[in-house]
Amino acid sequence: MNGPIWRLIRLSRPVRGRLVVSVVFGVLALGSGVALMGTSAWLISRAAQHPPVLMLMVAIVAVRAFGIGRGVFRYVERLVGHDATFRILADLRARVYERLERLAPAGLPAFRGGDLLARLVDDVDAVQDLYLRTLLPCAVAAVVGGASVGVAWALLPAAGAVLLATLLAAGLAAPWLSAAVARRAERRTADLRGELASHVVDTLHGAPELIAYGAAPARLAEAARIDREFTRATARSAGTAGLGAALSALAGGLAVWGGLATGVPAVRDGTLDGVLLAVVVMLPLAAFEVVNGLPLAAQYLERVRASAARVFAVLDGPEPVRDPDEPVRLPDGPHTVRVTDLRARWTPDGPWALDGVSLDLPPGRRVAVVGPSGSGKTTLASVLLRFLEPADGRVTLNGTDVRDLAGDDLRTVVGLCAQDAHLFDSTIGENVRLARRSASEEEIRDALRRARLLEWVDALPSGLDTRVGEHGAQVSGGQRQRIALARALLAGFPVLLLDEPAEHLDTETADALTADLLAATEGRTTLLVTHRLAGLDAVDEIVVLDRGRIADRGTHAELAARPGIYRSMWERERAAPAISVP
Amino acid sequence: MKPLDPRLLRHARTTRVFLAASAVLGTATAGLVIAQATLLADMISRTFLGSADLGDLRTPMLLLLAVVAGRGAVAWLQEVAAHRSAAAVKSQLRGRLLEHATRLGPRWLSGERSGELATLATRGVDALDGYFARYLPQLILAVTVPLAVGARILLGDWLSAVIIAVTVPLIPVFAILVGLATQWKMNRQWRTLSLLSAHFLDVVAGLPTLKVFGRAKAQARGIREVTGRYRKATMSTLRIAFVSAMVLELLSTLSVALVAVSIGLRLVEGGMAFETALLILILAPEAYFPLRQVGAQYHASVEGLTAAGRIFEVLETPLPEAGTDTRVPDVRGATIRLDGVTVAYPERDAPALDAFSLTIHPGETVALTGPSGSGKSTLLNVLLGFARPDAGRVLVDWADLADLDPDAWRRHLAWVPQRPHLFAGTIAANIRLGDPDATDEAVRDAARAANVLEFADDLPRGLDTPLGERGAGLSAGQRQRVALARAFLRDAPLLLLDEPTSGLDAESEAAVIEAVRRLTADRTVVLVAHRPALAALADRVVHVEPAEVAA
Repeated sequence: MNGPIWRLIRLSRPVRGRLVVSVVFGVLALGSGVALMGTSAWLISRAAQHPPVLMLMVAIVAVRAFGIGRGVFRYVERLVGHDATFRILADLRARVYERLERLAPAGLPAFRGGDLLARLVDDVDAVQDLYLRTLLPCAVAAVVGGASVGVAWALLPAAGAVLLATLLAAGLAAPWLSAAVARRAERRTADLRGELASHVVDTLHGAPELIAYGAAPARLAEAARIDREFTRATARSAGTAGLGAALSALAGGLAVWGGLATGVPAVRDGTLDGVLLAVVVMLPLAAFEVVNGLPLAAQYLERVRASAARVFAVLDGPEPVRDPDEPVRLPDGPHTVRVTDLRARWTPDGPWALDGVSLDLPPGRRVAVVGPSGSGKTTLASVLLRFLEPADGRVTLNGTDVRDLAGDDLRTVVGLCAQDAHLFDSTIGENVRLARRSASEEEIRDALRRARLLEWVDALPSGLDTRVGEHGAQVSGGQRQRIALARALLAGFPVLLLDEPAEHLDTETADALTADLLAATEGRTTLLVTHRLAGLDAVDEIVVLDRGRIADRGTHAELAARPGIYRSMWERERAAPAISVP
Repeated sequence: MKPLDPRLLRHARTTRVFLAASAVLGTATAGLVIAQATLLADMISRTFLGSADLGDLRTPMLLLLAVVAGRGAVAWLQEVAAHRSAAAVKSQLRGRLLEHATRLGPRWLSGERSGELATLATRGVDALDGYFARYLPQLILAVTVPLAVGARILLGDWLSAVIIAVTVPLIPVFAILVGLATQWKMNRQWRTLSLLSAHFLDVVAGLPTLKVFGRAKAQARGIREVTGRYRKATMSTLRIAFVSAMVLELLSTLSVALVAVSIGLRLVEGGMAFETALLILILAPEAYFPLRQVGAQYHASVEGLTAAGRIFEVLETPLPEAGTDTRVPDVRGATIRLDGVTVAYPERDAPALDAFSLTIHPGETVALTGPSGSGKSTLLNVLLGFARPDAGRVLVDWADLADLDPDAWRRHLAWVPQRPHLFAGTIAANIRLGDPDATDEAVRDAARAANVLEFADDLPRGLDTPLGERGAGLSAGQRQRVALARAFLRDAPLLLLDEPTSGLDAESEAAVIEAVRRLTADRTVVLVAHRPALAALADRVVHVEPAEVAA
């Protein structure tokens, strides 16, 4: 079987021993409970025949032992079970991470939205419930239930059969019925539930506009109408919602009733000793405790199945880039990157993001790639980093096709400072040091100086040890990009790609950052991807991309002098701040 | 957390009906449990000690069958009641939450709070299902069954009743005691757990960056280590926390064992009837069972209880004061005077706006400039009636804005925020927010004036094009123009614009500025402007300085 649940079960192999120990103690605990009632029933029946007390000693000791054993065994079961679960979780996280590492960034749909990514991480954490809250209780219930049936069968086969049938009804049929009924109700109300949820979310997010325009009461009335409809639909399914619980209660009662119905005639015809009649009746009463935890386990199973399906859907995605089995050795520097007739796209049947692009990056040359959004600029950077496989054409490093190199090797030469460079929830110093673990504080300060950030950092009370917060939320957008730039500079990549480093910043900050970037990368092989043109007179060549093709190329002076996309972009950018009052 | 939050009774009246129904059903359950035990003890004793056959036991067997059917019926009714009440209570809470949240106003709803509330009103409220279906009924059973069972046992044998009466109350007492002792340690542990999840999320979100710097592969070991360290720390806490569970299990099973041994010994000596002994043995575990279940169900319903607690906090947040005078002066010819207006947000040290004065003449376009955080948006919030001045006042001719009914006042103004919200629905429906009764023709005119038609006419369904959540399908500039069309349709004498061109590329900016220029004609306009091109539309530019500098 290849369902998500089975794959999760296979993942538990390294801790299987611990899980088994946990099940054993769980069986002993629950078994103690059942045995306590069975032994007590015998003890009382036997006592009613007024034997010498000595004859009862074994039973008395056993009753007391079972009374103590249940709590103690349960304690061990819980400890071992939790320990095993944490071990699985650590392993699972690492495995998921290793797979994500191969998929990132192009193969991960989750990266398109932070929410989806957070949900993936939640889903990974949620699957641990499978082991602790589903597998263990089910295994324990199966063993103890089976043993109870066995004991009843040995006493009186008919009573065993009754117990087996009723346990199956309560343990399997009732949870199944509950789940089926809930699924049917859910199908009937899912659309209304979705409509209500999006209406509520929309109302809360748009509340300022609703209030400003006096439209809140009408909107709330609409929400109330959908809510009433949804509540009515939910209430309609109430009648069936209790069927599972009713079946479970009926089965429990029938087990006891069946014990009497089979036991009484057996006592009369001598096949059952009268002393054991109470045991045959009370055993089902106690044994039904095993099915108590099953509805909850079934609920968790549903939740885990949904989470696991989402996790595996991401993990099973195709790897966007395959490293060669035997990578070629990285050519020595100085490095020349050459792009020849490159075509690339993000999905096998999607539109061409790059359609026949050629480009030379000899040592020390600085090239800017400009164009409107959607022109393929970021795709070019992704191919150069081997985050995306070229569909056609070649990218070479000193003549070696980059497809023959290990991705990690290539990325020691070609580095990136991205528009959405991630800052880790740590200090400024640690975020910069990520580029080179061995860097001294002086080197880090030097990188910050070149990114024009050192003065600001030194003015902070904690300096380099200032925390940047989650996703760098504690620092401004401009500072965030400069920290990322300092990191890229510290890494000292021979070829540096800058992908829209000034995106998301206001115009003034953006232009200042671009100027500093160009100053800091002087003499280094650089590819600057941007849609703002200010400061580009400093680069050696500008390549104008439009819908994946090179529309024009040349220096700033040449391009600004002739009509074309570049000149109209340039004129619009310069004109924007200067519209006069009519 | 209290076992039963009294606020639930106050805010969701259906809860009372449900509790009453559950009490009836709980009493019925207790009666059926005792009836079942009595019938069993009677029949076993008559068969074992007497010579009864199935034929002699026809009546009690049929009665037992009826009891069994009764327990099934009670279980079914309990679920039905829970299902119906949960649906009704959830609906009541959702409605009240939405209504109260919108009455609390945008200033309260700002930022992440609206997102948190949205989650609370949908998934949070749904988490109450477990609370109603499992926890509350179990709580009632935990009262009715031990009391009834205890009373029945007392009638049979006072010694067993004493054992049970002494130990049963110890279960909740121990649960609370041990719970309190481990609580703070667990809290710290849960914090580590969420930190740990945050660490994993942070690393996964930063994967592209880690790959660029060649550090991605090394992190797998880091994740394993961090989780492993957490496991060791947690297990040491759990070792203590699980002691509580062990004590509870010991209490309930050991006392049943004690009862069994004690009645067994007295049976041997002939001090007790077999039937009574058997009845006590069957009933004794029933006294403990519901209490143990409460603990189990409590954990399953914590999520719902937490969500309910948050909802009540919101519902009990007092509404901001508001004026009631609906006689708003004619804004078209009114002079608006801000006189030493100060607004302080409790979460910030410096006031957002400090003793700010400004006179706005009728028909004038005033641009506000200044660094971010200087209080420009706060000023607009004051004019919108979203924020009330903590000192100073705003005069509209002779009327103090603080005395005017905010809804009545807002009928005279239109507002375009920095990042307008578009609702799921068509473009036309979004424009119609400005005037719900407008004709199609008027909507089209407004769309034309705001340069919306420029792009909408290229869409296959024009203005009737449906938009996804938050205006998905339109670019930032296009969304901005739809919001401007709302203001055109509103045709209000006072127009408030908050940086309508921020974050737009040059082309969209030009289209928006052109629309804004048309919109400012013949109106009083207050415009927050960062970019010079926008400020150029104004008759007068006012520079706003941050509070601590101005003071």
